[in-house]
Amino acid sequence: MMRLRFWPVFLRNFLVWKKLLIPSLIANIAEPLMWLVAFGYGMGALVGEVRLGEQQVPYIVFLASGSICMSAMNAATFEALYSAFSRMHVQKTWDGIMNAPVRLDDVLLAEMLWAAFKALFTVSAILLVMFGLGIAQSWKLLMAWPILLGVGVVFSCLALIFNALAKGYDFFTYYFTLFLTPMMFLSGVFFPLDTLPEAIRLLAQCLPLTHAVALIRPLFLDQWPNAPWLHMGVLVLYGGVAWQIALHLTRKRFKQ
Amino acid sequence: MSPPQLQCEHLTKRFGDHLVVNDLSFELLPGECLGVIGPNGAGKTTTFRMCLGLTAPDGGSVRIFDQPMPQQALAIKERLGVVSQFDSLDPDFSCAENLMVYGRYFGMSRADIQARLSSLLEFAALSHKANAKPGELSGGMKRRLSLARALINNPSLLLLDEPTTGLDPQARHLMWERLQQLLQQGKSILLTTHFMDEAERLCDRLLVVDHGRKIAEGQPRKLIAEHLEPDVVEVYGGDTQALSQGDLRSHAQRIEVSGDTVFFYTQTAQPLLQALSAYPGVRSLHRPANLEDLFLKLTGRQIREEG
Repeated sequence: MMRLRFWPVFLRNFLVWKKLLIPSLIANIAEPLMWLVAFGYGMGALVGEVRLGEQQVPYIVFLASGSICMSAMNAATFEALYSAFSRMHVQKTWDGIMNAPVRLDDVLLAEMLWAAFKALFTVSAILLVMFGLGIAQSWKLLMAWPILLGVGVVFSCLALIFNALAKGYDFFTYYFTLFLTPMMFLSGVFFPLDTLPEAIRLLAQCLPLTHAVALIRPLFLDQWPNAPWLHMGVLVLYGGVAWQIALHLTRKRFKQ
Repeated sequence: MSPPQLQCEHLTKRFGDHLVVNDLSFELLPGECLGVIGPNGAGKTTTFRMCLGLTAPDGGSVRIFDQPMPQQALAIKERLGVVSQFDSLDPDFSCAENLMVYGRYFGMSRADIQARLSSLLEFAALSHKANAKPGELSGGMKRRLSLARALINNPSLLLLDEPTTGLDPQARHLMWERLQQLLQQGKSILLTTHFMDEAERLCDRLLVVDHGRKIAEGQPRKLIAEHLEPDVVEVYGGDTQALSQGDLRSHAQRIEVSGDTVFFYTQTAQPLLQALSAYPGVRSLHRPANLEDLFLKLTGRQIREEG
């Protein structure tokens, strides 16, 4: 009999999350919204409009369309680093599950999809608020949904690599400080990339978040992205390669 | 005769240069309780992990229900119950939810799990704690919940890694009683333990391992009779040198000194006890030889690095 062995593991995480819904909502949604309001309206009053190619865009829309990608990234990353590590290493939840007929690969797949789901849930709630505030009202935003789920998948795969390598929570500081934080500033979330020096712009083009923003921002402006297949291709490549590495390293970790 | 539930043949595992498990072979027959005893670092837990397919052996093979591990790991685990050394209960779920969530890993339906829930909680003496979370449970309750969780799929074979370590005597006795019940139901049990009274009480057969090798195997009472003199007299409080080298030697077959205590192993204790009265100021304890004596004789008294 064929059955999806990852599903009960995914469901387990969902059931725990349901119990801790309120603090989880505050951490995942209230905080990005505070940033948006403070920077969008506060900085927006200073900056006014941002030039994006041929068009002038209100700063709050510019920021909202970038920060929604950042929220997807952060939600997936936190879940696949801290929470997955707690389950894997501290609580030994994975060990318990693998005494049942569930493979390590199934557990890892469940963790990956779960972190992506959390990203999707977070951005859905934020999108709803943005819609309510009138920041974005294009029907094209429906397309943002599957794309942001994909962004969640990419960043949970990346985070699971570091999960597999970690000896303790402190290790994740490297990932945040050396990878996520610079990427946040280099992916066009807060300011357009054209003002940056050539070399840094090239570097920015290699970062997954840049391509996520390139896909999502036009949707906020009621436009379709340029070269969508290129951006999606980069994200798929990042996700695919990161998943293979995460799987390999996690198997190695559990071989000991 | 029915085939063994579990069969390990020439199992070998190396970590770097260190041979952790060295050509270990044993079988567990249906309905039997087999105990694996050995000092810390003897290779018990590594053997346990190889039986579960979690660690790949460098040599040898494991078969469970006549199927190869790890190739048939999923099919084997459908019929296996496992309690590992450290609790891996879900801290965010109640006792009942822990069982419900675990049952789903076996592909069981909600109704099937629900049907087993109350009898399992009762078996674990946790009916009154169905809605309590593991954090609110005592050590013994947690272990019993782990055992109940391992029984959710009604397994025919149970693998238990130190199921009573860290429990108080009451909790240990309750655990033993439950394991006896499971044996009476016809289940087979492989058990690792540090407690010789546990091994003697529960196990039909024992496997003594040290440095990854099997150094003895057999029924507990027979092993004691085979390797030891029936009586032990422990003497404390005297000059160990004088006691062990003096005229008492003729009354004992074997003498061991450990710290301030002299152990006399003898066929008949009476002459020795009479001779001891010539040594004022020493205290003595006369008792039958037990599994602990056997264990210490076979594996030595020195503390292991890992201990």
